Amino acid sequence: MRAPSGGWRTATVAGVRRPVPRSVQLRLDVADRVDHLPGQHYVVRLTAPDGYTAQRSYSVASAPGDPLVELFVERLDDGEVSTHLADVVEPGDVLEVRGPIGGWFVWDTESPALLVAGGSGVVPFVSMLRTARALGRTDRLRTAVSVRTLELLPYADELLDAGALVVTTREPRGIRPAGRLTAVDLVPLWEPGQTAYVCGSAAFAGAATRLLETLGTPAADIRVEQFGPSG
Amino acid sequence: MPTPTRGFLGRRRERDPRLPPGQYDVGADWPVLTAEPTPRITPETWSITVDGQVEQPTTWSWDEAHRLPPSEYRGDIHCVTTWSKFDTRFSGVSVDTLLDAVRPTAEAQFVMATSKTGYTTNLPLADVTGGRAWLVWDFDGRPLTPEHGGPVRLLVPHLYFWKSAKWISKLTLLRRDQPGFWEQNGYHDRGDPWRQQRYQGD
Repeated sequence: MRAPSGGWRTATVAGVRRPVPRSVQLRLDVADRVDHLPGQHYVVRLTAPDGYTAQRSYSVASAPGDPLVELFVERLDDGEVSTHLADVVEPGDVLEVRGPIGGWFVWDTESPALLVAGGSGVVPFVSMLRTARALGRTDRLRTAVSVRTLELLPYADELLDAGALVVTTREPRGIRPAGRLTAVDLVPLWEPGQTAYVCGSAAFAGAATRLLETLGTPAADIRVEQFGPSG
Repeated sequence: MPTPTRGFLGRRRERDPRLPPGQYDVGADWPVLTAEPTPRITPETWSITVDGQVEQPTTWSWDEAHRLPPSEYRGDIHCVTTWSKFDTRFSGVSVDTLLDAVRPTAEAQFVMATSKTGYTTNLPLADVTGGRAWLVWDFDGRPLTPEHGGPVRLLVPHLYFWKSAKWISKLTLLRRDQPGFWEQNGYHDRGDPWRQQRYQGD
């Protein structure tokens, strides 16, 4: 399957929300857009008056059927693009975007998949869950999320409603004490034949990948998307 | 020139001339970006094979590769995710040395680099010859770590860094270009950072 890809487009900001500290959720009306597959990303390019540009990639949270493209951006204090998006952008602003991009970290909407996210790594999985819901295929997806505290988790209510396992590393949750995701946490979600998707920081992705290999997921069935400091 | 974004001035007013367009200086960091689990490969089990359009397909073990004339790269690297890292120092062996041994046929025009994980990336042969590409096992005088492609990765620093395949195990010379892993997934076949060849069509 070849994933769709689109060129530069003009996007009008239709909505700006800050449901989680230090981040922003942007709803974009993208002119003449190419619909994405869940898991793909967009590039946002900012241009200064002297022509200087800065661009960064962000995962799409919306489902392909959504009339708007929703991006979720974590604000990095020393960031150049994320600070502008989080602090300056308001509805009606026009942004240059390019997408969808990426054909590897995508869900084909059919195959059974185990989604494992660290923190704001949930964003591409939100797109997958919304797509599954729209298609009536939520049974294909199992989701596990690790986050410091529930308050910091983007799309927390939506993830919990979808039955995601949410593990908190800095506060207890129910009878579970604070602590990192373990193989035992993943056992109820794991099935042979699943494709596993891991998204989070490099450290999280490394740890989660080792857990999956412990459970028996072949390395070839694990797809990883890591984010580092990219501002 | 595109219309300026309302309220955006940009951080850097004095751009380092070593920075290609759309890139920023990551400083001392070295972000890790990988699409697959990091494999654990010991030097004893690592080898490099050069095959395809060559007179003498050859495989070198870790020890054999280390007996080849050493070669070093000092300079900058550029990732398509927009970070660049200045003044890196890698050491290993020049790809020219391997190609001299296998003797490419007159028809060889492209290279497919393959990793132990099955990751692939395609390059024009001209981009890995003439002292522009290496197999490297040391970074800043220390063994290359697994997350950065150790024990041995390909290094083609004048192209975006996804071309510098981690955990390199094979170079296959080809008559015709074939897209590798990211190239099948929307990324550019050549990937010149100075021309911002990030995605297909750039």
